[in-house]
Amino acid sequence: MNPNKQEYTITVYTENQIGLINRIAILFSRRKINIESLNTSPSEAEGIHRFTIVINETEEVVRKLCRQIEKQVDILKAYYNTNDEIIWQEMALYKVPTDEIAEKVKVERLLREYGARAVVIRKDYTVFETTGQREETDRLVEVLEPHGLIEFVRSARVAIIKDSHGFHEKLKEFELAEPGEEVVENEYLDKQQEVFTM
Amino acid sequence: MHNETGTPDISRSKARTATAPADSPAAGANGLKTAVTKEISGSAAVLEAFLAEGVDTIFGYPGGAIMPIYDALYDYQEKLRHILVRHEQGGIHAAQGYARTSGKVGVVFATSGPGATNLVTGLADAMIDSSPVVCITGQVFAHLLGTDAFQETDVINITTPVTKWNYQVTDATEIPSVLAKAFYIAASGRPGPVLIDITKNAQLQKFSYAGYTKCAHIRSYRPKPIVRKEYVEKAAQLINEAKRPFVVFGQGVILGHAENEFRAFIEKSGIPAAWTILGLSALPTDHPLNMGMLGMHGNYGPNVLTNECDVLIAVGMRFDDRVTGRLDKYAKQARVIHLDIDPAEIDKNVKATVPVWGDCKETLPLLTELVEPRVYPQWLQKFKDHYKEEEEAVILSELNPAAGELTMGEVINLLNELTGGDAVIVTDVGQHQMVACRYARFKRSQSNVTSGGLGTMGFGLPAAIGAKFGAPDRTVVAIIGDGGFQMTLQELGTIMQCEVEVKILILNNRFLGMVRQWQQLFHDKRYSFVDITSPDFVMLAKSYGIEGRSVSEREHLKGALKAMLDHPGSYLLEVFVGKENNVFPMVPQGCSVSEIRLK
Repeated sequence: MNPNKQEYTITVYTENQIGLINRIAILFSRRKINIESLNTSPSEAEGIHRFTIVINETEEVVRKLCRQIEKQVDILKAYYNTNDEIIWQEMALYKVPTDEIAEKVKVERLLREYGARAVVIRKDYTVFETTGQREETDRLVEVLEPHGLIEFVRSARVAIIKDSHGFHEKLKEFELAEPGEEVVENEYLDKQQEVFTM
Repeated sequence: MHNETGTPDISRSKARTATAPADSPAAGANGLKTAVTKEISGSAAVLEAFLAEGVDTIFGYPGGAIMPIYDALYDYQEKLRHILVRHEQGGIHAAQGYARTSGKVGVVFATSGPGATNLVTGLADAMIDSSPVVCITGQVFAHLLGTDAFQETDVINITTPVTKWNYQVTDATEIPSVLAKAFYIAASGRPGPVLIDITKNAQLQKFSYAGYTKCAHIRSYRPKPIVRKEYVEKAAQLINEAKRPFVVFGQGVILGHAENEFRAFIEKSGIPAAWTILGLSALPTDHPLNMGMLGMHGNYGPNVLTNECDVLIAVGMRFDDRVTGRLDKYAKQARVIHLDIDPAEIDKNVKATVPVWGDCKETLPLLTELVEPRVYPQWLQKFKDHYKEEEEAVILSELNPAAGELTMGEVINLLNELTGGDAVIVTDVGQHQMVACRYARFKRSQSNVTSGGLGTMGFGLPAAIGAKFGAPDRTVVAIIGDGGFQMTLQELGTIMQCEVEVKILILNNRFLGMVRQWQQLFHDKRYSFVDITSPDFVMLAKSYGIEGRSVSEREHLKGALKAMLDHPGSYLLEVFVGKENNVFPMVPQGCSVSEIRLK
């Protein structure tokens, strides 16, 4: 593997358009890049969706990809960040037999240690939830394994960019029919030094 | 294949209100509200959009799922000319040719399923060569989507990678705004193909039509990046400090209608310029600063000196691998200024020292103002010296062979003489394309139509039909190889039916020549499936009512070319050229541009 490859989180703001996910996804698949994690959901601005995409690549490829993403008609903005430039979380759900937990104090302690929260408690099984990073949820899976883990699922990554000062205002401006020049400019070509811009 | 089967028929007797004025009794019978809106079908709305966008010609092929639109078209025949092509691929290539010579958006109709999938090659071609095209495809009724209905294909997903934008309409009320977006997106910024898929129910649906408003803004779409003066200043500074500056330009100059701005820039700065095959004709051939063609079969000087210049100024071009050769040995010594309207092109292949993004129609004058008037006699002399070398090694024997078989170059040379460089030259793909681009002479822009990025064999004949509709007052010569011609020769039927005047010049070497050349040079002459037979092209043309002639003797060539050009109407001239002639110079694949071979 190319040693210059690392995990990048790509944040994309888009119109809420049918088929747009395909238009974005094929930009990765045409370069034979695997998407490690993909989250898409409405942003705080009406009608604008936010994609969070995680891939393993070199910065050069990620930069080119972001430009090709942003160039698509229905895309408002695309940013990329390394892991130390973001706060990120994944949510995970664990289904375990209730009797195991009830009977074994050790399990209860474990769950508390990992900050797990019970979502559903039934006679036959209990569903716990944790929020954290990949390694943390992986570790809990590992320790629950001997205690009869029935099912496990993890969400895609969501991430907040550390240096996103003033971004909410910019996004609100996009809601206008005619966004100002500030919003429209190709920032990433301009201010390459700043984290928030590309 | 494209037959209507079983879907409800549309009665032609139903009166169309589309052409009725808004204040006519028919439209305004119910009082004030209906005086400004009128009931029209989705199909009529499509055609109204065309009229509002200034469309005059549609290239298309009917079929089941697009029948309501064709039915509406029946009433628009006086305002919209429809060219019935023989295959949808021909339709879209014709629209591309039309767009290239007219500078307007080319428009295509196709039905669902096979009609739409037949557009894919043309869409990919238009995408990579930035041609503004709007395709309307019919689709099965919305309630049948996803049921594997007759002639249903997932056209939106099939065409997503090869369209600038695409959209499926299932409700007629969307049609005016979606069509407005389609034309705006296709033509603005870096142009490209747009496909609108309209379900049959939306075509049939009547809705209250409030008129058509052109689109001028989409919040998530930036056709032109904002010009940054500080980068223009930096670029000018680099140029003013340069000792051996070199301009390489592409189709951006033509698409931006910036030919005059470009000329003013190189004339003031005194910088020699060379073109990509899509930039060809933007600068007249005999301009003193026109140094010729870049790339794999380009001129010797421009290729070699790319690796000797100190500042490389790229204008509206994308550093295709056929232009750059081996990328890690391309202009490494130079500082690069890249002018492009598409920010995604900056740094994509060649890292720019100074990116000047924006429409070159705006950025070039800014740059011209800041550059100092200069001349580079010694630097220009280098180009001339290299040209001399190339002339002796390649050009003289190609253009004026003393004996032996005819060469492609001498055909083009005679054609130049007879047309005076005024003709539109349309080429297909292969050896003849490279020879035509190398030797055809041009006085005017928008005169060279070719498939550059995709290299689509079969492009030439249909593109020439469209090129003639786009530039009806000009002579259009389609130069095509014997292989490529056989890929879309059914469009002879289109020429016959619509009586469009296209001069077809087939350069027949009885081989798939370019592949054969590579097999000769790089595969030990193992001629694997490049030996191609052809029908009697002249007889074939005659069966379509097209006059024609075939020549293989040098003494008859000029007379035959003259007869082709003088003939009123279409004409097919087949010229038998040398079987195993090669196109040189050549930058072998994987080599640097400075390793260009003269033989």
